[in-house]
Amino acid sequence: MMESLSFNKEAIVSSPEITRKSWLQRWLLRVIPYAMNNEKSATVTKTKAKTTNRSSKQIRWENFFRNALVWIAVAMVVLMLGVFVTLCIQSIPSFKALGLKYLWGRTWDPVNEVYGAWPFLIGTLLTSFTALIISIPFSFAVAIFLGEYYPNGWLSNFLRNAVELIAAVPSVIYGFWGLFVLVPIVRKLESGIGAPPFGVGIFSASLVLAIMVIPYAASLSRELIRLVPSHLKEGAYALGATRYEVIMKVILPYTKSGLLAGVLLSLGRALGETMAVTMVIGNSSAIPSGKFFLFGPGNTMASVIANEFTEAATTTYLSALIELGLVLFLVTVVINMIGKRIISRFTNE
Amino acid sequence: MRIRSITTLLCSGALLAGMSLTTSCNSGGSGSGSDTTNKSSDDNTLLGAGSTFVYPLFSKMFAEYNTQTQLKVNYQSIGSGGGILQLTNKTVDFGDSDAPLNDEQATKIGVPVLHIPMCSGAVAISYNLPDLKDTLKLTPVVLTQIFAGDIKTWNDKAIAAVNPGVKLPNLPIVVAHRSDGSGTTNIFTTYLMKVDSADWGKIGKGSAVNWPGSTIGGKGTEGVAGTIKQTPGAIGYIELAYAVQNKMAFAKLQNKSGNYITPSVASTTAAGNVTIPADSKVSLSNTEAADGYPISGFTWAIIYKEQNYNGRSLDRATKLVKLLWWNIHDGQKFAEPLTYAPLPANAVTVAEAILKSATYDGKPILQ
Amino acid sequence: MNKKPTSPINYRLAKSRAYQVLIIIFAMAITIPLFFIIGYIFVQGVQKINWTFLTHIPKPVGESGGGIANALVGSLIIVAVAAVIAIPIGIMCGIYLSENKRSKLAYWSRLSVDILQGVPSIVIGIVVYFWIVKPAGGFSAFSGSIALAIMMLPIVVRSTEETLKLLPDSLKEAALALGIPYHRVILSVIVPCGISGILSGVILSVARIAGETAPLLFTAFGNPYLSGDIRKPMQSLPLLIFNYATSPYDDWRDLAWGASLILLLWVLLLNIFTKVITRRWKIQL
Repeated sequence: MMESLSFNKEAIVSSPEITRKSWLQRWLLRVIPYAMNNEKSATVTKTKAKTTNRSSKQIRWENFFRNALVWIAVAMVVLMLGVFVTLCIQSIPSFKALGLKYLWGRTWDPVNEVYGAWPFLIGTLLTSFTALIISIPFSFAVAIFLGEYYPNGWLSNFLRNAVELIAAVPSVIYGFWGLFVLVPIVRKLESGIGAPPFGVGIFSASLVLAIMVIPYAASLSRELIRLVPSHLKEGAYALGATRYEVIMKVILPYTKSGLLAGVLLSLGRALGETMAVTMVIGNSSAIPSGKFFLFGPGNTMASVIANEFTEAATTTYLSALIELGLVLFLVTVVINMIGKRIISRFTNE
Repeated sequence: MRIRSITTLLCSGALLAGMSLTTSCNSGGSGSGSDTTNKSSDDNTLLGAGSTFVYPLFSKMFAEYNTQTQLKVNYQSIGSGGGILQLTNKTVDFGDSDAPLNDEQATKIGVPVLHIPMCSGAVAISYNLPDLKDTLKLTPVVLTQIFAGDIKTWNDKAIAAVNPGVKLPNLPIVVAHRSDGSGTTNIFTTYLMKVDSADWGKIGKGSAVNWPGSTIGGKGTEGVAGTIKQTPGAIGYIELAYAVQNKMAFAKLQNKSGNYITPSVASTTAAGNVTIPADSKVSLSNTEAADGYPISGFTWAIIYKEQNYNGRSLDRATKLVKLLWWNIHDGQKFAEPLTYAPLPANAVTVAEAILKSATYDGKPILQ
Repeated sequence: MNKKPTSPINYRLAKSRAYQVLIIIFAMAITIPLFFIIGYIFVQGVQKINWTFLTHIPKPVGESGGGIANALVGSLIIVAVAAVIAIPIGIMCGIYLSENKRSKLAYWSRLSVDILQGVPSIVIGIVVYFWIVKPAGGFSAFSGSIALAIMMLPIVVRSTEETLKLLPDSLKEAALALGIPYHRVILSVIVPCGISGILSGVILSVARIAGETAPLLFTAFGNPYLSGDIRKPMQSLPLLIFNYATSPYDDWRDLAWGASLILLLWVLLLNIFTKVITRRWKIQL
């Protein structure tokens, strides 16, 4: 139905008003119908009303509009590829100089031109996963609270808004607050348990991140918990299950993969977060080690780039930083794609 | 009717955006005083970037220069390495570095650049020991061992030996350093290399080094100073002005003659009292002077020798050279209140000669 | 055969009840850091804000006083330019995606938008540095706007697409049947019907980019003076907060607290505005 209405190649090509066409227009006319619909547009008989009522100006506008839509859609693809290609091209010098061992090189030493991304990979993974572990109970609690226990009412409204606010607060403000409020608290904790009292470090960064990523898993999980068919739940209740049993044995298994997707989105966010982490992580290129590795200062890929990008004075140095960006790009893309794939499969079922 | 209201909405939205743009442009123009058109306010700005070491002084100098000449100098303290890189990329009018260009940087930039000394300053060893009343004394070897991670707590015997009678706390030492490429790091590590290559040799000198052990990095001297101020037990190297302005404690350091010297304008000036070579590239650290502070250095503004590049106007080039000329003459009076050492007379002469060699289309800009 | 003893019903009910309490506690716990943060910023910031603070530029390092007028104006300009670039493009792309749900191009376009949405902001900063800052031979507010526009696009595209998808096909068919040209149908019928959803997406995206710092580090760069020229470096609120917050100067920190409060208020107001719109038009985002 829609296809027949959307674009009528013949009608425009044969209209007498447009006789002179630029090469671009001609090319577009040939290409667009295929780009816009992969099913061939059904031929609609040239109704007189259509062609005569439209002035050439209108048709030109219409053409322009359709073309603009297509070009903008193409531009998105170009933009994404552009980002990827730029990162690839700019990291070639470092790839040539360092090869694949860059990824597991353990030292980052600009003086001797030795660049290894391992400390930052470890730092990124440590902060992100610690943050996830801290945040998961909270985000699932919020999801179950809003999705199952109290879907309506002022309390759930309040909580829903609070979750949205957490997502809305700019990351630099989290960092600022973390630096002046959270870091002294963590420092007290560290001297309490006998760790070196840095205050700043991987643990502080994880705490700040944990707060920041709660909304991502929470709001998605809430949506999915709501999607659980009520006949499943009612069936369970009818069998005499308690609410706890319904949540544990019906809702959670049913939404399992969707919840995983929510966690993945949170993870994607945590991996790429820059400013808040840079402000509280301590910016040290040492690999976290020892008994208190979680409390020592570290660096994530994003924070290294933020710190050193405008300062990297040699070609290899700069390129090594961009290669970090490329790795970060690829990792977040893969994680987000898996997450989105799971969600779309889930919602289509 | 609905359609029309939507159109109005969109139009008013666009109008609003446009209005906010024009008003802000106007306020930008009026802020610069006499300028009325956008074009002239555009021409009346210079962009510099680099050393955080000299930032407090530049910030003061350029604010003064702005009130005198209406020229707006936007100096961003991104670190010396950054200053050189941004100059190489031609994204700034001048860079500023506490370390002269090294060979690789010079090769990369390709064309001759000028190093104009701006002032000299001391790198203070600042620490955060809230309960310590006396001023800490340090010898070069103890200092090196602290930063090399060999001395781990404040009540270590080595520190106690040079501070007899001082009650040192049982606190772990937290080393704070620069996380970005820094001329201050270069001055500091060059010094450590000179005085104790046995302990420091494996780490080396440079604008950014691979710090051993668990240390905290701060972005810019501001970041390091902020870290020290925030962290009990921290020690780090920062420009003296930052330490003084923020009332932070800093150590007396033993110099080559064996005297413990407090960093100050006088002790920095004493260290800077050397013969300046024609290219002005000279290291002041580990001075021979008996009352000279051992970790100090010049900071250089760096510009292209040939100012006609990237379609720069002669006007812009002249403004830049005049600004630097003012810096090494009238601007010097702001150095001392901010605890920088003004350029000695012989350094000013050298700097004048260097500035005069700047050209536009091969012709000297200053006659 | 099954010898597993079934728990008594009271025990199961108690367990269920306990679990519910646990969920409530955990769910409510997340509001504690939120209000702690907002409250702290408010308390710290509100005493720093006065007329001088809003209308003056920062003093030289180490001198007290001064304000953040340069950052306020800079943020407004950078975000406005980003919005002017991203909103039309984003809405157009959203229209395309909703109009052509199953075409190949739509699939790739949608995928690209999804990928762009996940790209860390710092990476966008790097890319824009190579696209604009380096070729143009200088940092500029415009390059910052481009970086923010790229961050903003995916949100606008997706919210437009999601909103338009919900509109019934009959709406468009009716309009086409009246002989209205396609572009008029889209611009005068379809988009106005979904305007509330689109608008709330747009406002949300503006709120999101208003607080972005990372892409501005290598693009807008900062400027201690008030500047209205988008071809030159410009200060912005998040940049100022980042630089001043990590500094040792108490005066600067005070400026940063005040700036944080203003940024926070700005972002919260935009969010509340979105709320009002969605409630008014009963849109479920």
